[in-house]
Amino acid sequence: MNAHAQSIIEALLFVSESPISPEQMALVLEDLEPSEIRALIETLKKEYESSQRSLVIQEVAGGYQMTTNPLYAPWLRKFLKKTQGERLSGPSLETLAIIAYKQPVTRQEIESIRGVNVEGVLKTLLEKRLLRIAGRKEIIGRPLLYGTSREFLEYFGLNSLEELPPLEEFVQEGERIEAENESKEITS
Amino acid sequence: MSYKVKLELFEGPLDLLLYLIKKEEVDVTDIPIARITGQYLEYLEVIKLLDLDIAGEFLVMAAELMRIKSRMLLPPEEQPVEEEEEEDPRAELVRRLLEYQKFKEAANRLGHLEATQKELFTRPFQKLSDAGEEEEEYFETGIFDLLSAFSRILQRMPKQILYEIVKDEFTVEGKVHEIFHLLVTQPVLYFSHLFEKAKNRLEVVAIFLAILELIRLQEIVVRQRTLFSEIEILRNKDKIESGVKKGETQE
Repeated sequence: MNAHAQSIIEALLFVSESPISPEQMALVLEDLEPSEIRALIETLKKEYESSQRSLVIQEVAGGYQMTTNPLYAPWLRKFLKKTQGERLSGPSLETLAIIAYKQPVTRQEIESIRGVNVEGVLKTLLEKRLLRIAGRKEIIGRPLLYGTSREFLEYFGLNSLEELPPLEEFVQEGERIEAENESKEITS
Repeated sequence: MSYKVKLELFEGPLDLLLYLIKKEEVDVTDIPIARITGQYLEYLEVIKLLDLDIAGEFLVMAAELMRIKSRMLLPPEEQPVEEEEEEDPRAELVRRLLEYQKFKEAANRLGHLEATQKELFTRPFQKLSDAGEEEEEYFETGIFDLLSAFSRILQRMPKQILYEIVKDEFTVEGKVHEIFHLLVTQPVLYFSHLFEKAKNRLEVVAIFLAILELIRLQEIVVRQRTLFSEIEILRNKDKIESGVKKGETQE
C-alpha cells in the first residue's frame, strides 16, 4: 500500500502548480493521515536526493513542490530562453527584510530604519504579492500594518519565517565591529 | 513628463554614508564627521551636476551632518562642566547606521536566497516560457527612431514617374483596422514588413500614420532589441484585458 501511496504522492507533486501540503494530499489519499503522508514525502525526497535525479522535492511555504535540480539551471534557462531572471531591487530587498523581521510593521517604522520614503516600493511589493496588509495599528491615524505573504516564503524558498536567519546574528556582527573598535582604542 | 533619472546607486542617505565610511576605512562608531560630511556633500554635487533627481532625504541628512559637525566643533571649554556626561552628538546617527546596516545584511541574505531559488524550475513551463520572453531586453522605440525608419522606407520607394489617378484607396482608418487584424493572428509584426506590399507613397504614409495613431491610443507598443534593429510591433498587453471587458459591454 505504501509503495502505491508513494507513487500517487509523486504524481501529485508532479502535476501540482504550487506547493502542496500533506493536508491537501490527505483529501485525495483518504485512508492516510497527513503525518503518514509527510513521512512518505520525506522518504521520497531522500530517495531523490540520494539517487541524484534531475528533479528534487523542496519543502517550501508549508508544502512540498517538485523542482529541477539546480545543477541543470544553465540548460533550462537556455531552453526557456530565460536570462538570469529578474531580481528584486536593493530597495525592495531592504524593505522586505525589515518587514520580514519586524512584522507587522507600519510604513513609517520602515522609513525610519531605511531613511527614505518607501511608498513606491511597498506598492510594487504588494503588486508582486510578496506582502500583505496585516491590519491597522491602533494609534493616531490608524496606519496600515504590513506583513509578508505565503508567496514571500515561496519566492525565497523558505518553509516558514522561522527559517530566516535570526536577526541577532546580524546584531552580533554589528556589536563585534563595535567591540573590535573598542579593543583597538584600548590597545592604541 | 520628467526625464530626470532617479538615483538608484544608493538606496538612501544611510546607504551612502555607510559606503563613505567603508571607503574611508573609518569606524562607524567613531566617524570623522568633518571628513565624511565633506565627502557626502561632494557626492550630492555630482548628483546635481548630472541633473539626477535627489530625494529630499539626502538633503535632510546633509543638514543633519552639518548640525552634528557644528556641535562637534564647539570648543570643549565652552561646555558647562555638569554636561560632561553629555552624549556624543554622533550617537543617534551611529545608532541609526548600525540598525540600518543590520537590515542591509539581512537584505543581502534574502538576495542570496532569491538567487538560489532562481536556479530551481517548477512546472508549468507554459507560464515560464512566457515570462522568459518578457525578460528579454527590449526598449521602447521612440518617435525619432520611428521617423528615421519611416524615412528609410520612403527612400526605398520608387519615385513615381507615371501619374496615376489616385483613388482615395488608403485611409488611415482602414490601415488601423488592417494592422489590428494582422495582430490578431500574429503576435509580433515587423515594422518594415508592413510596408512591403505598399503600392505608393500615399499608402506608406497611411500605414505610418495608422501606426502612430495606434501608439497614441495605446493599443500597440513598438520596441527594439537594439538601436537601429528591426522595430517590432505588439499589442499592448494592459489594453487587451480591459479592452475585452469594454467590448463585451458595448455589444
